[in-house]
Amino acid sequence: MALSAPSVTDAMGGGFANPPRDAAIAFRAALGVMARPGLIREITGGHPPLPLSPAAGSLLLVLCDPETRVYLSPSCDTDAIRAWLRFHTGAPLVSAGQADFAIGPWAELAPDLPLMRKGVQDYPDRSVTLIVEMDHLSPKGARLTGPGIKDEAWLNLPDIAAFAANARSFPLGFDTFFTAGDHVAALPRSTRVAGVA
Amino acid sequence: MYVAVKGGERAIDAAHEWLADERRGATDVAELSIPQIREQLRLAVNRVMAEGSLYDPDLAALAIKQARGDMIEAIFLIRAYRTTLPRFGVSAPIDTGAMRCDRRISATFKDLPGGQILGPTFDYTHRLLDFALMAEEGAGATPAVAEAAGAARAAGGAEATALPHVAEYLDREGLLQPEPEDNTPPRDLTREPLDFPADRPLKLQALARGDEGFVLSMAYSTQRGYARNHPFVGELRIGRVAVSMDIPELGFAIDLGEITVSECETVNQFTGSKTEPPKFTRGYGLVFGQSERKAISMALVDRALRWEELGEDDVGAPAQDAEFVLSHSDNVQATGFLEHIKLPHYVDFQSELELIRRLRAEAMMASTGPQEAAE
Amino acid sequence: MSYNFAYLDEQTKRMIRRAILKGVAIPGYQVPFASREMPMPYGWGTGGVQVSAACLTPDDVFKVIDQGADDTTNAVSIRRFFEKTAGVAVTEKTAEATVIQTRHRIPETPLCADQILVYQVPIPEPLRFLEPRETETRKMHGLEEYGLMHVKLYEDIARHGEIATAYAYPVKVEDRYVMDPSPIPKFDNPKLESPALQLFGAGREQRIYALPPFTKVASLDFEDYPFDPSKAAHPCALCGAEDSYLDEVIVDDAGGRMFVCSDTDYCASRRDTGEAA
Repeated sequence: MALSAPSVTDAMGGGFANPPRDAAIAFRAALGVMARPGLIREITGGHPPLPLSPAAGSLLLVLCDPETRVYLSPSCDTDAIRAWLRFHTGAPLVSAGQADFAIGPWAELAPDLPLMRKGVQDYPDRSVTLIVEMDHLSPKGARLTGPGIKDEAWLNLPDIAAFAANARSFPLGFDTFFTAGDHVAALPRSTRVAGVA
Repeated sequence: MYVAVKGGERAIDAAHEWLADERRGATDVAELSIPQIREQLRLAVNRVMAEGSLYDPDLAALAIKQARGDMIEAIFLIRAYRTTLPRFGVSAPIDTGAMRCDRRISATFKDLPGGQILGPTFDYTHRLLDFALMAEEGAGATPAVAEAAGAARAAGGAEATALPHVAEYLDREGLLQPEPEDNTPPRDLTREPLDFPADRPLKLQALARGDEGFVLSMAYSTQRGYARNHPFVGELRIGRVAVSMDIPELGFAIDLGEITVSECETVNQFTGSKTEPPKFTRGYGLVFGQSERKAISMALVDRALRWEELGEDDVGAPAQDAEFVLSHSDNVQATGFLEHIKLPHYVDFQSELELIRRLRAEAMMASTGPQEAAE
Repeated sequence: MSYNFAYLDEQTKRMIRRAILKGVAIPGYQVPFASREMPMPYGWGTGGVQVSAACLTPDDVFKVIDQGADDTTNAVSIRRFFEKTAGVAVTEKTAEATVIQTRHRIPETPLCADQILVYQVPIPEPLRFLEPRETETRKMHGLEEYGLMHVKLYEDIARHGEIATAYAYPVKVEDRYVMDPSPIPKFDNPKLESPALQLFGAGREQRIYALPPFTKVASLDFEDYPFDPSKAAHPCALCGAEDSYLDEVIVDDAGGRMFVCSDTDYCASRRDTGEAA
């Protein structure tokens, strides 16, 4: 990755080619996985600077704008990504505790999790959505049950205990997208999580 | 036989054609032009702009024409159009102190710096039908009157910066409840869902786009004793103010144009409460265009809604109830929900029908049961 | 002039999409959203229209029903709106549709995964007619304080011998939130547990809520007075179906009546395939 400041043209590239259409298709992927925890789908259209994945970039393009506050974890907090995000979404960058969306690998997000917004009793929706960058996504590891799941589903979660605890605090909590390459999966707070017996 | 719900598409097409025909009316009468509506029905245009929350006299005139003069329908057209507009930025707050006033009156002081400016008002007209207006040509202002009006407007313009707000005089004496400085950007009803408790900027915003009739009646109810708040029109001013916007790329603000607004500040007697000493308090109204009935109504309702902030008692009056007022002030919401009961409800009604039949059968059985058993 | 794909501008769609995702993550909870004025009146499906506009892609096949029928005037009007502004394909066949917008019914044909059912909701708050204040009802949901609702239902039983609610019958979602299923007849309540994703949009009231597939949805009842999704005990006069919800139609001046399926697609396809008795 280049260490020099990103040029304007770098920041301007990598957006949706046809925003209304691409955003609609990418949103349906995001909606599909949030409604069916454990399901892994392709999500494309966004080409953010590295180390962000195309899947994470596509989610940011679909969901973020000047009305959403975004936190970039340390490894994602580069000039190139800041410039790209500013140009394509206009989203203000904030600290982890104020964020509507927090992006980065689990190891970088987890320490700040206690600070992040989990909603309040009357408004549990006023809570953070994590976009957790993963090496890969596969339907194994943790056993998932709850809304959106017929009997059970499986997903390679980075931390079973943290997500199990999140489910126990329902209806408060955070909701998570997992991204790897051009694939996305999700885990809403409503999903009950168990490790392999 | 069973065709009742079929033919929806054809029925809609036919209704639209008929509607277009009705809108045009008799074709031997000249079609109304947008400039005619904009210039000659200006108060209607103002109301559509105010409650449509979009300052564009030509579009408001078009909406009035398309809506056949149905004001709420015209407001609705403007709101629906407004939805599709991207937002480029936020203007700087307008400075009504720098208003170029066409009209400026105070009911609290006989005279004051800048004077009373009566302006174009119905106030002292005798409400007699002017049959001269029935003549199609030649009625209305003579060139001499038009010239005088132009001169008065120009004079108002010249004095613009010299018209201090009446409230400032009371303020200097410390008789007026000070309003806290607050530069937090106000919440935006058109971009965020309404949510309670609502702060004053949000309440004022809802009142500014609220139905004129609703706000008027709420204000009237306070005058008749439902949370009476003893208002005087400290000042009513109507005129033109500049709208400017900061352009970060340029590093300074540029003027985007001028809008006409009506501003009303009431001075309300206040004998003090548990938390506040006796002093005067304020109500505030600001509306697009010359809309003074609305501006005054808004100020009265604003004042009634401030009971909590001023430590007054909740007397249970409708105008004190922010959730009640704000939830029911929007005529586009109200008319939609009211009129939706025209839509088919066969399914809900059917389920009610079955329930009522069953409950009746059970009730009859219960009351006639013993006899039946005896038979 | 031309409008954006599916009418709404991209920023508005993003706002609605964010609300939908939170709704999906918290089943049965009403997410506030900044509903926009649409080109049809509030109360005529603006919530459903905004949710559909935020969900539709150009590849979707869209179906709109009102009272179960595709050809009622408001269903026609909404279907045309999306044909014009989103250029989507439309259908009257439940099985062919990927997104179905509905007012007051759930289709008789079982829905499948990958279908989305979008409900138009007039009053999303199930507690509204017991407590008019939003500030109070929101607290009640927060505290899971639903005693008022149970008292109301119990009073019905004491007075009428049954729960006197025939439509918009309240449900409890995943043992947590009490939810209004929109004014569907209670006959449809069992269909709320579905393999399809169900989204609810209330435009005027500015709320969106959701039921993900297979979410547990229980109609409120009492052990000794279990929920009863009954309907008129007639077969459809046109297709003979005994398992579908029926409209009662007055057919002559003498008050003669017949009962026919409210789901016009279900009825027509049964007649087409010769299932009619």
